[in-house]
Amino acid sequence: MTKKIVIDPITRLEGHGKIVIVLNDKGDCVKAYIQIPELRGFEKFAEGRHAEDMPIITPRICGVCPTAHHMASTKALDDLYKVDPPSPAKKIRELFYNLFMLEDHALHFYILAGPDFIVGPDAPKEERNIVGVIKKVGKDVGLKIIGMRKKIRKMMELIGGKTIHPVFGVPGGISKPLNEEIVKDLKKLADESVEFTQFTLNIFKEVVLKNEKYVDLITSEAYTHRTHYMGLVDDKNRVNFYDGMIRVVDPNGKEFAKFDVHDYLNYIAEHVEPWTFITFTYLKDIGWKGFVDGEDSGIYSVAPLARLNAADGMATPLAQEAYEEMYDTLGGKPVHHTLANHWARIIEMIYSAERIKELANDPEITSENVRVLPTKTPDVGISVVEAPRGTLIHHYETDERGVIKKANLIVATQHNAARIALSIDKAARSLIKNGEINDGLLNMIEMAFRAYDPCMACGTHTLPGSMPIAFYMYDTKGNLLKIVKKNF
Amino acid sequence: MMEKPKVAWYWCASCGGCEESFVDLAEKLLDVFDAVDIVFCPVAMDFKKEDIEKMPDGSITVALINGGIRLKEHEEMVKLLRRKSKIVIAYGACSSWGGIPGLANLYDIDEVISRKYLEVPSIENPNKTLPSHITKVKIPDLPNEVEIELTKVLPRLLPLDRVIEVDYYIPGCPPTPDVFWNALQAILSGKLPPKGTVLGASQKSLCDECPLNETKPEKILLKDLKRPHEVIPKPDECLLAQGLLCLGPVTRGGCGALCVKANMPCTGCFGPLDNIIDYGGKALSYIASILDYSPMEEDKLKEVYDKIPDWVGLVYKYYLPASKFGGKVNIKKSKAFKEVVEYD
Repeated sequence: MTKKIVIDPITRLEGHGKIVIVLNDKGDCVKAYIQIPELRGFEKFAEGRHAEDMPIITPRICGVCPTAHHMASTKALDDLYKVDPPSPAKKIRELFYNLFMLEDHALHFYILAGPDFIVGPDAPKEERNIVGVIKKVGKDVGLKIIGMRKKIRKMMELIGGKTIHPVFGVPGGISKPLNEEIVKDLKKLADESVEFTQFTLNIFKEVVLKNEKYVDLITSEAYTHRTHYMGLVDDKNRVNFYDGMIRVVDPNGKEFAKFDVHDYLNYIAEHVEPWTFITFTYLKDIGWKGFVDGEDSGIYSVAPLARLNAADGMATPLAQEAYEEMYDTLGGKPVHHTLANHWARIIEMIYSAERIKELANDPEITSENVRVLPTKTPDVGISVVEAPRGTLIHHYETDERGVIKKANLIVATQHNAARIALSIDKAARSLIKNGEINDGLLNMIEMAFRAYDPCMACGTHTLPGSMPIAFYMYDTKGNLLKIVKKNF
Repeated sequence: MMEKPKVAWYWCASCGGCEESFVDLAEKLLDVFDAVDIVFCPVAMDFKKEDIEKMPDGSITVALINGGIRLKEHEEMVKLLRRKSKIVIAYGACSSWGGIPGLANLYDIDEVISRKYLEVPSIENPNKTLPSHITKVKIPDLPNEVEIELTKVLPRLLPLDRVIEVDYYIPGCPPTPDVFWNALQAILSGKLPPKGTVLGASQKSLCDECPLNETKPEKILLKDLKRPHEVIPKPDECLLAQGLLCLGPVTRGGCGALCVKANMPCTGCFGPLDNIIDYGGKALSYIASILDYSPMEEDKLKEVYDKIPDWVGLVYKYYLPASKFGGKVNIKKSKAFKEVVEYD
């Protein structure tokens, strides 16, 4: 008899996700689906709005990574009005952006992934949360983590106006220069940030890499997919979050494509499935071949591991060192192990901290020259940034008054949606046999998507009691047979 | 020991920013954990709806709900939460008035769906596949098709109080940690104000706490209006007096004038002051009152009004679903979309 199991809800960025697991008559999982019940329609209601409102409107797509949307939108306005911001403005934007990447990645590592690795995937469930993390690392360290995040976010408020939903981005620059007092604090914060990321790397090494069981888990086949990878690179093919060319490598690590975001429609297309609201992007040259991995599939991945795979290295010394260490340990490039995202995320934190330090000490950032007014007639604006969760593209068309006629947005989770679907399916099929379902197995399935950081909102939901999941088993007629709950 | 109050937290059509605002309490989070039992998401305790239904009615002390009501699933969950909770609080702009996703009410839901799944330039959808409430999938080696169910979309996004009774409101997009903290104190003190009160924020307009308030003329009179990308405002002078449509005078204070401090005009995310029937209407009438033209100078007035092509987006950015005007009046019922839209 066929059975259907529904995991509902898993908490996700855009509402909550749901996992449907289908078993055959032996009780083995034969297929698993992840659904995203979320539809808000930004692409439609952007129409008719003032273009300069887009950096205010689009951050509301995601309150966890509002800075990514704010920045993509602001850069799309530069492009729309064909205005080149003064160099200090670009530097301050990039600095702000790296503050954001750092705090967002830190939050994921400590609050979302932390419970799995620092406390342990098979630790008692009531300890597998941030309170458990603090217990394990000590209250002092816990307060240090909370304090660091608070300081960074306070600094973001001073620079960007608001931390959640920033407002300082305008076509041609930013709305306000930095005063000397802020820059003084920034320099101090930059030093602390570099130290904090080294500290984080050490925790990762001590807790994860020295534990053979974890390393086996990271490299296990259940969490491995050979797909293409995408990320933004600078002129030396090094990882960049703020600007650059989009580079794609194939599952062997060979460059598959490198393009300017203005050409994205030649490279990326979206596929629709009726059982979910999210659309799945794929490489247009290869085409949509269904939910399969490998060289002949158009499925690709974004976010930390993908960015590192798609680049040739990091632009700062400590990050480069950590980058080399990861690939040496995991057997060279590219790394296909989804759980290695956690390691890649820390390497990116180090890069962000070092980049913050470089920019905070750049004399140009105290300049008053942070904005030029656009003078040209707007028509089309396209931009890209790397959001914490991957490549983010904004594309606007306006009339001559700068009113949006059409908008298209390709967000990070869409690029990863197909690979996340693969991961859930593979993990469920590897782990669920003979109808046996227990807490450990369920957490292992969760870990398959948590590595992508599908959202920190998972993390916020995780704070008091970790991720809620329940399995519902139905027969093929839809009769409820059994409920298996994860009572965190 | 007295039982701690049970606090539930649920999100509907939201962005997660309200959750972030909670985490931004930082070290105060530990105090919150001490004072209350938090159920971030009621489903975290009992996520099957039936399980929550088994809880005694009124057994949750306070439910904080953010996000507008966009999906059938949201509607069902908040109705359930209402029954199970003594106090329900609309947390944030979306829950209070619809918020930015509420601007979708300017369009038919069919147009919203078509845009995303059929029209955007990156879509490749030759079979015109749309999301569907029930999808039958055939899996190799299995005798029967398996049905996969997806929740339906509501034709309009609704503020929380159009779906269930709401006791209090916490404003902002998102509420700042200070506002949330103030509101939390009010809730935990047990001395609750009259029903319908806006908690945590100011009773005065944003101007009252704005650092540029001293430079605001007693009577502002404008000959011209500016959009934010058209002018570099002087940082030490009231933005409205410089022709930028800062909505501070008609917006509730409490955020600390964060946008103005960044040299950007207030866009109204803390919503109306008490006793204002319609935020956008109030904003428009205020703006009309500061234009320095007589009603006889119609041509001049038209010229100035035309400087702002999108008045709706300006004055109803966070408020449209709560407005008396409400957006598109007649939603077209289309057969093509009935598989995924829960029409009225």
